[in-house]
Amino acid sequence: MSNAVAHADAHGHAVHHPQLQHHFDTMQQQKEASTFGMWLFLLTEVLFFGGIFFAYLLYRMWYFDAFAEASRDLDLMLGGFNTVVLIGSSLTMAFAVRSAQTGSSSGTVRWLILTMILGAVFLGVKVVEYSHKFEVGHVPGPNFHSTSPWAAQEQIFYSLYFTMTGLHAVHMIVGIVILAIITRMAAQGKFNESYHTPVEMTGLYWHFVDLVWIYLFPLLYLVERHN
Amino acid sequence: MSVHIAPKSLYISIFGALMVLTAVTVGAAFVNLGNLNAPVALAIATLKATLVVLFFMHVKYSSKMIKLVVATSLFFLTILLTETLMDFATRGWVAIPKLMH
Amino acid sequence: MLDTLKLPEHHYLNDGYGLKSWLLTKDHKRIAMMYLISISIMFALGGFFAAGVRLELMTPQGDLFLADTYNKFFTMHGVVMVFFFLIPSTPAVLGNFLIPPMIGAKDLAFPRINLLSLYIFWLGAAFFFYALFSGGVDTGWTFYTPFSSFSSNTNVIPVALGVFISGFSSILTGLNFIVTIHRMRAPGLTWFKLPLFVWAHYATSLIQVLGTPVVAITIIMVFVERAFGFGIFDPVRGGDPVLFQHLFWFYSHPAVYIMIVPALGVMSELISTFTRKTIFGYSFVAFSSLAIAVFGFIVWAHHMFVAGISPYSALVFSFLSFSVAIPSAVKVFNWTATLWKGSISFEPPMLYAYGFMGLFLVGGLTGLFLATLGTDIHLHDTYFVVAHFHYIMVGGAIMGYIGGIHFWWPKMTGRMYSEFGARMSAILVFVGFNLTFFPQFILGYMGMPRRYHAYPDEFQVLNIMSSAGAGVLGIGYLLPVIYLTYSLTRGKAAGPNPWGASGLEWQTQSPPVTANFTEPPVVPAEPYEYTPHVAREANLV
Repeated sequence: MSNAVAHADAHGHAVHHPQLQHHFDTMQQQKEASTFGMWLFLLTEVLFFGGIFFAYLLYRMWYFDAFAEASRDLDLMLGGFNTVVLIGSSLTMAFAVRSAQTGSSSGTVRWLILTMILGAVFLGVKVVEYSHKFEVGHVPGPNFHSTSPWAAQEQIFYSLYFTMTGLHAVHMIVGIVILAIITRMAAQGKFNESYHTPVEMTGLYWHFVDLVWIYLFPLLYLVERHN
Repeated sequence: MSVHIAPKSLYISIFGALMVLTAVTVGAAFVNLGNLNAPVALAIATLKATLVVLFFMHVKYSSKMIKLVVATSLFFLTILLTETLMDFATRGWVAIPKLMH
Repeated sequence: MLDTLKLPEHHYLNDGYGLKSWLLTKDHKRIAMMYLISISIMFALGGFFAAGVRLELMTPQGDLFLADTYNKFFTMHGVVMVFFFLIPSTPAVLGNFLIPPMIGAKDLAFPRINLLSLYIFWLGAAFFFYALFSGGVDTGWTFYTPFSSFSSNTNVIPVALGVFISGFSSILTGLNFIVTIHRMRAPGLTWFKLPLFVWAHYATSLIQVLGTPVVAITIIMVFVERAFGFGIFDPVRGGDPVLFQHLFWFYSHPAVYIMIVPALGVMSELISTFTRKTIFGYSFVAFSSLAIAVFGFIVWAHHMFVAGISPYSALVFSFLSFSVAIPSAVKVFNWTATLWKGSISFEPPMLYAYGFMGLFLVGGLTGLFLATLGTDIHLHDTYFVVAHFHYIMVGGAIMGYIGGIHFWWPKMTGRMYSEFGARMSAILVFVGFNLTFFPQFILGYMGMPRRYHAYPDEFQVLNIMSSAGAGVLGIGYLLPVIYLTYSLTRGKAAGPNPWGASGLEWQTQSPPVTANFTEPPVVPAEPYEYTPHVAREANLV
């Protein structure tokens, strides 16, 4: 699927969309390139998280009892609440993209701000959870404290828990920073029906971060709750 | 530019479905399904993920190329998970003769 | 006539002067040249470490360095050469420079991301230099756990972070190439009219994008284990060091294809130009690049046959490893068929191509001994392995890279270089290379382990040969630095197409203008236009 317009007479165009970068021929080509690029980036993120998901898979198979016990020590209420919050932020993000697509700057700003708030709530809850873990000595390493017969392997669970949710949180922080930048751009009226690619790309990234949590939640919090 | 603008109601329905599925997965964890607990949890998570990918991320309305990118990521993830697991799962299948000293 | 050729008045090198015009450039060509300088520095550094290794190995005793210091030398040699030289090399220099003109585009899809990838590379290298100046690392470039995550008392974390960071440079380059090749081709330039160089870089980019993230997460896991005392690979707490190896090699095996596939692309360009023939079996060669990329992802555990993986899975990985040799062989057969009844010549770039074919062949065939379970038990971790991968990486990838530099130097700089110097360098590299690495096959077969600074007396003669060869090889690599630099100010003006090659990049002036073309390039009817009537029309004959 190649572009339809010859390259060399780019400056012969009478009308030139202000957001068209000079190495592209049309806004359509630019938007398709951006979308394709963002999806490729998300592909790298799938493989990135995939590696540590495998480590989790293996050790859960080997040390199920340790994983089950450590999982039960995670706060299911907070984890469930966070799941609702994050999926909610995906909804508000989808609304933000839709507002941008329909050319409503105020709507875009409103929904983006809500998304950031929900994201911040999620991170706040994680801070609460992490602090609690620090207090009870569940941070793996020299300060780990557990009387369970599976204490050693529980350290593996917690190592994976902190690393996986920590990486997820880093992605959320980056996402919130990007959201802030995009919100400012929207407030300045930079987006309209014909140009709102940055909002859509941010949306894709944000939904991906939600996707990771959709898997993290059951795998970390719901190993075995029926005892 | 052909952009499919979904109605708000679609997003709200998907959100609703995701909430229901979240409740189901939490509920299922409290039921003793034996060996099926893990596959059920993963299946529900995958269903939720599919809804997010198809509707929130608009893949249902995207080009074949985008769908191919999604499929490719899943394909190679599957290789990572299954081919590595193949090693761990087959340890002990073939007896390794001990060296005589 | 060549004598009357002059450098064009306006080109990308004089389009803006000053540090800012370079450091803030969006021009893929300037970015490529900055990569050229950066990786040349890293290559020299890697060569320095190699010199240390080869000097120590001239005598059977460990008498030059302490054992720990020797470990640092081979580790740093590997880390620099793999992550900071070979992985970027052809893609970041030649790919960056040539892909847009080859497809008739003005730049890559994301010029600022291209610049970002360069900055990220510099940042990663900075971490590495920090580690170097604070004592180095001794884990081997493969930094196996738990030694790297627990016991080693060297600067594992900065090196690990440096590699992690530079991985993003690789990912962004790959991402940029994929989108560019899909979306920015000139009208009428369909996939099967693309130069095989572009196909090769497309395949390489797929590997970069799919594989690098896995080593990234692996490094993070080593980092948290070492920095925070987490337990993921720690055997004491139930962790599995073999898990690290699986995750590490899932990337690092495809990584070797990142290093060789671009050079295979260069080879197709050199061979078609200097036999004045289209590449035999173009579609097979194009698809073989993709096949290598895909198959390369399913064979990684052939690095782990003696690590304790199950014999059943070892069987599967061994069988698959044989299959990955097939697409590479397809290329070699097709190049050979191209040479048959071609109008063969011996310009300096082609000398590198001839050298490549022989050395890549040896390297590839010796890989089969390692893919075979029984023989690998004997050969694993011996110098046979070291010889095998140096035949591919140095005899293959580096020769391809340097051959490509010699081929496209006139396009990139507008200058021709000393033909005598270039021929000398190609011959010295070929001779020096074989003298360095062929004895290592024998040493490995006889049982000399790798990563040892001392060895039994009977291995000394072969080791001295190898070290002597390394000296010759070093001179062979030094020469181009001299005559290529000299050519920048004193070389004859090259003109748009000094080799009479096909390809859109040769339709524009040398060096190109910033936007690559001053008028739209003529998209060819076929990818390599050397059939008489087509060549006549393109003024190539």
